[in-house]
Amino acid sequence: MFRSFIDSHFFFLTEKMILSTLQTPRSLSRLSLTRHSHSYTSRASLTDQTPTLTTSPPPHSEILSTRQTLLSRRASAADLALSRLARLRLVEPRLRAFLHLPDDDALHAQARRLDARIAAGDDPGPLAGVLVGVKDNICTKDMPSTGGSRVLAGYRPPFDATAVKRVRELGGIVVGKTNMDEFGMGSTTEASAFQVTANPWDESRVPGGSSGGSAAAVSSRQCVVSLGSDTGGSVRQPASFCGVVGLKPTYGRVSRFGLMAYASSLDTVGCFGSSVADTGILLHAIAGHDRFDATSSKQDVPDFQSQFASVSSLESKPLKGLRVGLISETIDKGVDAGVISAIRAAALHFEELGCSVNEVSLPSFSLGLPAYYILAVSESSSNLSRYDGIRYGNQVYADELDSLYGGSRAEGFGSEVKMRILMGTYALSAGYYDAYYKRAQQVRTIIRNSFKEALSQNDILISPAAPSAAYKIGEKKNDPLAMYAGDIMTVNVNLAGLPALVLPCGFVEDGPAGLPVGLQMIGAAFNEGELLRVGHIFEQTLENFRFVPPIVADDDIAF
Amino acid sequence: MASAIFRSLQVHPFLLYPTTLLRRRNGVYHLTTKATQSQTDTQPRQPQTKVSTSSTQSKKLDKIPKNYEAIIGIETHVQLSTLTKAFCGCPYHYGSPPNSSICPICMGLPGALPVLNSKVIEFAVKLGLALNCNLAFNSKFDRKQYFYPDLPKGYQISQFDVPIASAGFVDVDIPVEFGGGHKRFGITRVHMEEDAGKLLHAENGNYSQVDLNRAGVPLLEIVSEPDMRNGIEAAEYAAEIQRLVRYLGVSNGNMQEGSLRCDVNVSIRPIGQSKFGTKVEIKNLNSFSSVSRAIDFEIARQVQLHSQGQEDQIVQETRLWEEGSQRTITMRKKEGLADYRYFPEPDLPAVILAQEYVDDIIKSLPELPEIKRRRYEQMGLSMQDVLFLANDKNIAEFFDATLAKGADPKLVANWIMSDIAAFMKNEKLTINEIRLTPEELSELIASIKGGTISGKIGKEVLFELLAKGGTVKELIEKKDLVQIVDPVEIEKMVEKVIAENPKQVEQYRGGKTKLQGFFAGQVMKLSKGKANPGLLNRILLEKLSSNS
Ligand SMILES: [Zn+2]
Repeated sequence: MFRSFIDSHFFFLTEKMILSTLQTPRSLSRLSLTRHSHSYTSRASLTDQTPTLTTSPPPHSEILSTRQTLLSRRASAADLALSRLARLRLVEPRLRAFLHLPDDDALHAQARRLDARIAAGDDPGPLAGVLVGVKDNICTKDMPSTGGSRVLAGYRPPFDATAVKRVRELGGIVVGKTNMDEFGMGSTTEASAFQVTANPWDESRVPGGSSGGSAAAVSSRQCVVSLGSDTGGSVRQPASFCGVVGLKPTYGRVSRFGLMAYASSLDTVGCFGSSVADTGILLHAIAGHDRFDATSSKQDVPDFQSQFASVSSLESKPLKGLRVGLISETIDKGVDAGVISAIRAAALHFEELGCSVNEVSLPSFSLGLPAYYILAVSESSSNLSRYDGIRYGNQVYADELDSLYGGSRAEGFGSEVKMRILMGTYALSAGYYDAYYKRAQQVRTIIRNSFKEALSQNDILISPAAPSAAYKIGEKKNDPLAMYAGDIMTVNVNLAGLPALVLPCGFVEDGPAGLPVGLQMIGAAFNEGELLRVGHIFEQTLENFRFVPPIVADDDIAF
Repeated sequence: MASAIFRSLQVHPFLLYPTTLLRRRNGVYHLTTKATQSQTDTQPRQPQTKVSTSSTQSKKLDKIPKNYEAIIGIETHVQLSTLTKAFCGCPYHYGSPPNSSICPICMGLPGALPVLNSKVIEFAVKLGLALNCNLAFNSKFDRKQYFYPDLPKGYQISQFDVPIASAGFVDVDIPVEFGGGHKRFGITRVHMEEDAGKLLHAENGNYSQVDLNRAGVPLLEIVSEPDMRNGIEAAEYAAEIQRLVRYLGVSNGNMQEGSLRCDVNVSIRPIGQSKFGTKVEIKNLNSFSSVSRAIDFEIARQVQLHSQGQEDQIVQETRLWEEGSQRTITMRKKEGLADYRYFPEPDLPAVILAQEYVDDIIKSLPELPEIKRRRYEQMGLSMQDVLFLANDKNIAEFFDATLAKGADPKLVANWIMSDIAAFMKNEKLTINEIRLTPEELSELIASIKGGTISGKIGKEVLFELLAKGGTVKELIEKKDLVQIVDPVEIEKMVEKVIAENPKQVEQYRGGKTKLQGFFAGQVMKLSKGKANPGLLNRILLEKLSSNS
């Protein structure tokens, strides 16, 4: 009934968007290769200082080794892309991490263009040849972007999200769109309208969510790094469940333009990698002010590369003097014992590295969860209003307008989304606004202040990334409150707008090969550099753990 | 003439039915029927379009009975003439093909975000200051949520509890024929918001189409205090808002294009009652005259119901003004208060005004209509002249520029209001489009005053200047308009001609008197055609007749 004239204008719009968002590529020379020769051999000095000898090498930067491979012409981008695509496709039927994969030819063509640039002696960019998975709520103009929702099934945006555009400008190859809970509303990918992704460590378990596809894809080495989004923990919790590094940047650090809004005041675009260095390099690529996002910050983006010191250059106590606060409320009741002991072990490791570790109490911590849910559902009830079937997406035929709206949205949205829209609509209704939304904003201020206070006493705060390791598919599907409670570790950080890095720090004994446990490190606003520096040292000095899931054959990752 | 004053009333050309349109409650309304294309249109007065007050229909609805009073408030939406929309880079041009000026942002595509056009703030501050408001140095945007196909995001970005300007007033001069007087109407608030798109309904009613060109165009909503008491006051208030936005250059204020939209709220109560009556909203008012007539109709309707004991039939509703039948009809009844679930727009930072920024804007404000009117009044102009001249910013500028050259205000006003206005009206030109410049008008007035040319010739010169341009001096010279009336000068020329033509003088004196024409021609040639012919002939005859 209602149809606009718009469709025929998409091409024009696309062109316009490209023109109007053109940016000068950042300096490619910032990435110095020589500085990053850390990895296997360079660990001698540290092992001299530590009593336990390691049998597994620390993770290295796949982005940097890809770059070395390409620049030294050991392999072409086309060859690398094809071999990695083959592996991606090999495990995909078991994991179902991707909602959309472009055909090989398209990716191959992109890789060939990179090879041509390398052959011509040009710098192909710091992300050259790197396969990047992109969460499906981040717009890509050459691939469908559905946000995991039926309401947008088949929808193709006319523009690239700013983060995607920057990845491409730096040579990255978008390898596909990753699965997620519908519009980011969920912690398992079970709320995806299309499929459930399996955890690479145990295929009977969830990968976490909502960025479960992005986390599983990096964990299983289907792609090198991936973009996710984090509104209440949607990068950090799946990073923890899948044993990869996940970074939620400071609110405003990365443009949200092109990220389908869930809760605008909390949404961030985040990064996944199998090492801290890769995660940091990806963040560096996408961070910085964007004139298409009024909430993006004009703060300078420092060169995170310099934070990834080679282990050989480390002193015996490389983090000497660093004040680490362990948030006591996060190792309390309701948190799995295995998780607590992994975090305590991580705290010991920090001490070994020279840090002073103290427990700090954030009394407002438990207020975060209800405040978060009020704000998130309120904003989402508004943000999802645009999915009305009028201009794009799923439209139900109806004789009158209200039925068109009702039908399109009833068919288009899943039950979790509907529930949150209803709750948010209720919370914003006249007469309830003060009791819910306004009150939640007040709590948000309290939480922000208590973090500020804690971060004036400590350089970083640590906690688990989730109260448990990955649970079984279906286990919490019918118990939304239990699932919401799983966000307790992460939502406060979104309310405070702070950056947080999650990296694997240990295992709990479960599943066929144990399940990884993620450590969350929270830093001061716009201090991602410090988190990456500390995270990198932690990661490179962590003994006895190897966070490669069983789905990845050993020889697969050696390239 | 006395009762016919220029009003900036405009009506849609399609709606011009003289019997219904030109009827006034208590006076003559002057309606211009020009469909204005530019923002600098003028409404020149033309005595011949003066209309009698004879009412043709529903006269009984025209009067507010003495024992009732009406309470009227107006919400005005002003579309800002920024180069681009409020939150994206799309331009907006009225009448563009549907959906030709849209982008992912104003279409509300997934992932698109608004970024505020800073001109919107500048224009809001200008209007807020011009309306004598208090500015909120720290305001914000909010989302007003409802579903409609012309609203792409499912919410309108607006301002809710902290408008950028509030608690102001506007001063208005009521035209003499409506009783005259100076009135002050309160302004409750001014806030920034975005416009919605438009629905185009198919003629068979089977489907509707959405045109999003207008979606995201910046608006200022101006809410008045309920200070107006009749249709004339309301129309005057709206006309003053139009003058203000045009003076400030923030909008073209064009009602037919929807750049200025008025929704009025009307209630009545018996005089002496403190409680307000039930408020009825009226929409679809496309001209100041329909504002006035719709209100007067609505007042009469409500009074009639009230006086017949059917007070309960006055319900809270939105009524539509029907231009054809000259009445209001029910559009929708309001069932409870609409809940727009306002909350702060998280995609936009707070709007913080620096004192310096505001000071700079204050410095840049032009002379506003009210101040101009008072200044003209002090010059001794009649209120009728004052209102006409100050009504249109461009006419006022022309007037002021002419005065700056030293011309007498009353003379300038007369010229502008009579022949110049008539010319503009006939030629459908604005004052900026005519070839006459203020300098030349001043020169023309001085030429007449100084006796160089007669008033009659002055008019000829004026029309020449209006149509073709040029300078007064050039024209007077070219058209031989300055006469030589000095007898001594003419005598000299006659003597010269006589002295140079002794043979012809001989013949003339010998009886060939028709040679007088020859001599006259020679003298005229010598004077380059400027000698006064009567004087010339008289002196020539004298000289020829006298025996030297
Ligand atoms: Zn636009």
